[in-house]
Amino acid sequence: MSSIQLSAYQIAQKVRAGLLSPLEVLEDHLKQIAAVDGVPGSLEPKTSDPAEESKVHAFIEVSADLARRQAEQVRARLERGEDPGLLAGVPVSIKDIFCVQGTTTTAASRILYNFRPPYTATTVERLAQAGALIIGKTNLDEFTYGSSSESSAFQPHPNNPWNTERVTGGSSGGSAASVAAREVPLSLGTDTGGSIRQPAAFCGVVGLKPTYGRTSRYGLIAFGSSLDCPGPLARDVRDAALMLQVLAGADPKDSTSAVAPVPDYLAALEEGVRGMRIGISPDYDHITYPDTLTGEMSIQAIQPEMNTSVRAVAEVLAQLGAEIVENVPMPNARHGIPAYFVISRVEAASNLHRFDGVKYGYRARKPALDLSELYRATRAEGFGLQPKLRILMGMYVSAAQHSAQYYQKALRVRSMIRSDFERAFDPNGAYRLDALLTPTTPTTAFRRGEVMGDSVLMQYSDQMTVAGNHAGIPAVSIPAGLDPQGLPIGVQFFGMDFREDIILRAAYAYEQATRDAEWRAVQPQALRGSEVKA
Amino acid sequence: MTPDYITPELFAKLVTLAALELTPEESEYLRTELNHQLAAVKELSEIKLAEGVQPSLHGLDCQGNPPRPDEWLPFPDSAAILALAPESNGEYFRVPDFRRGGEEAK
Repeated sequence: MSSIQLSAYQIAQKVRAGLLSPLEVLEDHLKQIAAVDGVPGSLEPKTSDPAEESKVHAFIEVSADLARRQAEQVRARLERGEDPGLLAGVPVSIKDIFCVQGTTTTAASRILYNFRPPYTATTVERLAQAGALIIGKTNLDEFTYGSSSESSAFQPHPNNPWNTERVTGGSSGGSAASVAAREVPLSLGTDTGGSIRQPAAFCGVVGLKPTYGRTSRYGLIAFGSSLDCPGPLARDVRDAALMLQVLAGADPKDSTSAVAPVPDYLAALEEGVRGMRIGISPDYDHITYPDTLTGEMSIQAIQPEMNTSVRAVAEVLAQLGAEIVENVPMPNARHGIPAYFVISRVEAASNLHRFDGVKYGYRARKPALDLSELYRATRAEGFGLQPKLRILMGMYVSAAQHSAQYYQKALRVRSMIRSDFERAFDPNGAYRLDALLTPTTPTTAFRRGEVMGDSVLMQYSDQMTVAGNHAGIPAVSIPAGLDPQGLPIGVQFFGMDFREDIILRAAYAYEQATRDAEWRAVQPQALRGSEVKA
Repeated sequence: MTPDYITPELFAKLVTLAALELTPEESEYLRTELNHQLAAVKELSEIKLAEGVQPSLHGLDCQGNPPRPDEWLPFPDSAAILALAPESNGEYFRVPDFRRGGEEAK
């Protein structure tokens, strides 16, 4: 049996017990990558082979040599009788937005096409110290700016393993696809407005956005510094908890990383949901969408299976002893995207000013008359359309004459979004929730090319997720079925600050109670024809 | 209230401030999308704030480490940093010599 059929937890158990060689695990997963991934993302795609259309294209770079060295180190630690770590021998892919020494770190942008960072992100260091094998860097929307992974400068972009004519979601699309296609059991992603949870939902995997500060941002190329949050993507809840165990904790190199104690997430899973209060909100059964000419907002229905799935999950949890609390008001959820359009753009524009072609990365070749012309030419050629759009929007809404109307207002609206959650989770309040259950996305995975270019519609793909980023709270998306087209449906649990253990418990209870459900036996399309069947 | 609108003239000013250069096609696309986004954020101006609502720079109060002493900590391998530059010289990043028409420095 190939180890691609095992969870990360099972692989680590077997490797730690000496029942499975880390090198064998690595080779199994490299074979799977060779079978399903196709050509890696590149600035100059070399093929027009139609067969590539049905490949996953999760990776920009496969770091087989690095992973082999790490597998050797795990083997040597075992031989010396040392603890090889919680993730001993587990292949992990890394969204190509994290600096990893020994790899190129592109952010899926031409402007960093040759950037070989001289240091490694804390999260990746922790994975490696725990015995994980860093198998490669996954594709994403350029600088994480998108919700489909199509805007990468490195094409072909990732395809959804469930139906390769559909997008993976984004921006951690390559990460989600690599997990769904069994190229890895775990991937490290980032979530700024939903970039872990939305692709996790589209690709039928588990995606956890931890509390802001729970995981270090050191070595992460920043998008929105007050929103960015590294976290795990996994095929089951236990694996997500295991990976969080390794990632979580204070980091002296990130002043916003939290010093709050890290609980035992794996032990917490077994505690069940009896007595847990889980809320459902009428403010999450639709979206509020603007007319892009007049700005008039209108209520629009979401795909009906999203709401029926939330109900079905609630029913299972109720049978397990949870109390379902109906009609929890979240009146400011609808303001999440407008506030995000402002706050994230201001922070993105600020973070993108450092890319100028002088210290690292791409430099324009055409002769310049002065330094500012060199900057302009470099940024014109190095950035794609989405970074340019974010720079321009961020500069406009933070300009002195507009700041009060937009940026300062958005920061206050953010406080109101946070207050919705504080009221819902208040232990002395009317609702006293342990978790809030919502759809993860308004629809299942949309078709490639269907939304790309429409920056407003693309952003509204995150309406269900973004409030968690504004509030800083944790949230986990889990698979909850398939729609009539066979595409995965995700539901999400929001939780209280630093209580990832509670939302993981709820997610695990549902997962265990439905482990024999028919839909769980259906495999993604990309696995059905592959040589190494799961 | 109608949304703010970015005219071609204002857009050109923004592009300069952003240290960008755009093709006509890029300008057309980006200005259209910017105006759509401004329409989408018009809602913000119509939200009535409850009294005393303060701005949040982060969702939750930062529970981070106390700031460390402001002491210089040298990166252990500065040569590796300089090696990333398109052009460097000793301990310095270099840019083209614009006094000589921008030719590469020798």
